[in-house]
Amino acid sequence: MLAQFGFGVFVLTFLLSLFSMVTAVLGYFNKSDRWVETARRAMLLTFPLITLAALTLIFLLVSGHYELEYVYSVTSNAMPLYLKITALWGGQAGSLVLWSWLMAAFASAVTLRKWERDRELLPWVIVVTSVTLAFFLSLSIFYENPFVRWWQTTGGEFVQRMFAPAGAIAITPTDGQGLNPLLRHPGMILHPPMLYLGFVAFVIPFAFAIAALVTGRSDDRWIRLTRQWTLVAWLFLSLGLVLGMRWAYDVLGWGGYWAWDPVEIAALMPWLTGTAFLHSVMIQEKRGMFKQWNMLLIILTYSLVIFGTFLTRSGVLSSVHAFSQSAIGPMFFAFIGITFVTSVALLLYRWKDLRSDVEMSSMFSREALFLLNNLLFMGVLIVCFWGVIFPLISELVTGQKVTVGPPFYQRANAPLFGALMALMGVAPLSAWGKSTFKTLGRALWKPSIPSAIVPLVLVILGVRNWIAMVGFTLVALVIFVTLFEFWRGARSRQKKTSEVFLVSLWQLARRNRRRYGGYLIHISMVVMAIGILGIELYQTTTQKTLAVGEDIQIAGYTLHYDSLAQFPYTDGRIVTRAVLSVFQGGKFLGELYPRYDYYPSGQPMTIAGVRSTLADDLYVVLVNWENVSAAQTPFKVYHNPLVNWLWIGSLIFIFGFLVAAWPVSEADIQER
Amino acid sequence: MTIWRHEMQNSPRTGVQGRVKFIIGGLLILAAVIYLIVSSTQANAEYFMTVNELESKAASLVGRSLRISGAVVGSTIHYDPQTMNLTFDIANVPGDNASIELGGGLAAVLHAAVTDPKRTRLTIIYNGPQPDLLRDEAQAIVTGHLGDDGIFYADELLLKCPTKYQDAVPSQVVNGN
Repeated sequence: MLAQFGFGVFVLTFLLSLFSMVTAVLGYFNKSDRWVETARRAMLLTFPLITLAALTLIFLLVSGHYELEYVYSVTSNAMPLYLKITALWGGQAGSLVLWSWLMAAFASAVTLRKWERDRELLPWVIVVTSVTLAFFLSLSIFYENPFVRWWQTTGGEFVQRMFAPAGAIAITPTDGQGLNPLLRHPGMILHPPMLYLGFVAFVIPFAFAIAALVTGRSDDRWIRLTRQWTLVAWLFLSLGLVLGMRWAYDVLGWGGYWAWDPVEIAALMPWLTGTAFLHSVMIQEKRGMFKQWNMLLIILTYSLVIFGTFLTRSGVLSSVHAFSQSAIGPMFFAFIGITFVTSVALLLYRWKDLRSDVEMSSMFSREALFLLNNLLFMGVLIVCFWGVIFPLISELVTGQKVTVGPPFYQRANAPLFGALMALMGVAPLSAWGKSTFKTLGRALWKPSIPSAIVPLVLVILGVRNWIAMVGFTLVALVIFVTLFEFWRGARSRQKKTSEVFLVSLWQLARRNRRRYGGYLIHISMVVMAIGILGIELYQTTTQKTLAVGEDIQIAGYTLHYDSLAQFPYTDGRIVTRAVLSVFQGGKFLGELYPRYDYYPSGQPMTIAGVRSTLADDLYVVLVNWENVSAAQTPFKVYHNPLVNWLWIGSLIFIFGFLVAAWPVSEADIQER
Repeated sequence: MTIWRHEMQNSPRTGVQGRVKFIIGGLLILAAVIYLIVSSTQANAEYFMTVNELESKAASLVGRSLRISGAVVGSTIHYDPQTMNLTFDIANVPGDNASIELGGGLAAVLHAAVTDPKRTRLTIIYNGPQPDLLRDEAQAIVTGHLGDDGIFYADELLLKCPTKYQDAVPSQVVNGN
């Protein structure tokens, strides 16, 4: 009964969002405020309705209604309550429900704001959000319905249907399969909602952009109104990516955090255009330039968000070739195609109105460097997109399936990322409008001196890898330039106000939060780069089959194999756990506990034993479960230098973000 | 602000001449990106093929980076835990989804490949722990290169057991509602 109720609410919400869309369009063309108001109210209703349906689904998950195929596939009796709740996004059907839920929440939040001043934008914001919402709801209703249940047909076959096939009997399994153990990890529990929050929040700036295009407003009002949305979208997308990396590092047991597989790239691509957008809107706000470009960027971001949802929705797609096997595929491509073409057509229609107020004059002005930043992000995007579609293209053209692996992305992207880092070092010192090579050089030489010491120190330390030299020097440059900017700003304020230096620093950051928060985010990015350079360039690995009492050596460490135990855990999994002691130069440093959990459903999970310090991680994996004994245990050991800085950088990132995005009053937005 | 903008628009530096250097700059970046993509693609392309395709083009592929998929022949698996040397044979299975569907699904296709002695086989050598999933009639996707000796030296081993996770039909059921 509950399932039918949930499904009914879904259908109702779907119809309501279509109604909202139609009345908004009619209201705009008939210039009828009452129609638009009706559309707005309909939009507002979608959120409580989807909440009702989602809560119904959560209740069904928690109470073990295994007669529903979705509940059966992602929960089991042995799972704790919090995992049963988070199983809402443990599978494809449920994660689409989460998407719609977030979409309705954001759409409602936007329509709730005071609309006196920009009322002409409202109907089109409603149209875009309700079209998007209706699309995702239609997927849930027609293709990935989380409320379908099990039936046994007269032929004895088990089928999944919403309504009873003729003569079929309803069946109710007593237990479910349970959530894939790989997904039972804090990183994985938070990762999908974070990513989705980021994805969905980008729909809002897109909706305002389209509204501005339709209504013919060429000012930057749409950007100012959605600035907070863009920032929030970007924060959650970034966090979603980092959490995904952390999850891969902790759970997948291959010693790395990022494998350049199509699913990861699909989540990275909207981040690339989103980051470019975040930078280039500043030029439009300050100088009235790049208007067409910003429109294009947000349109691209929206399309990539939908594409990313399609690829990542279940988190299990490992190959682009699986496209054809899902009925959902053509729907997604049609939707992306239609929205992209419509949006670009609209942009071309308004192209002339969106010409820049001023022309760029200097190659070294801040806006020119921002443009360069955008081009580099686009470059990375093209590399990623090429890598994803290359197998399809080569198969079409030559009939031979050719794929490109991680080395392709690393090689093609590394110079682009390096250039982006160099820009982070240089651009903050350039001025708007007119900035010449000379003025830029004058500003740059002071912070360059301490960074120039870095390669010297590295050579003395014995580093000979030129990529590492360039990389760490750029890291140092960005950090010194940024700190120098803080110091310079606080110093000049201090002279005027005669405050204590720290007070000046605080006031400075408080009054230009966006700028100095942005600088902190730059620092966080290069701190992350330290970790990435460390693990990418200096990771070493070794493998050996050990008997208890034997040793294995790596990077100056000795690991002594102490013992092995195998025991069942309360939720039915069988745990195989080894104990190793870590020594360095004869000194005992601690113990490591690599584990191999084998779930009754037949799914294994490798949990590495990790010793993590600021200098390096020691990462030990127990490779197998079958035929493993104390006399014969295969281990794989990774030495990952500096990788901890990747996670430290992400904490700095959150801090910098809070500085940059702490809500500013509406009056403040007008003023700037 | 307005006055300044006015000046900017009338300054002699803007206009066609001012624009040209930006267009050239942009083209240079585009060229660099294209160069990076083309050279990286050439250096890192992995040819994805079946055992049969490999057999027919073997001579031209020695040393190239390849990904081969096939069915694991259980009786050929040899593993030395001390040296971690692992060898096994894979038998040819069709590469496209359509033929797999025609053959009755992946599990049936893999079974047919292993039980048919006439299928082309390829010997794989891999150094590393023997994965639990490496068993008879599993699908193996190996990445590596073909040696002069006709043996495939794998750097990476990916295994799929079609029967293992596809427990899509409830096992314990009670009838009724």
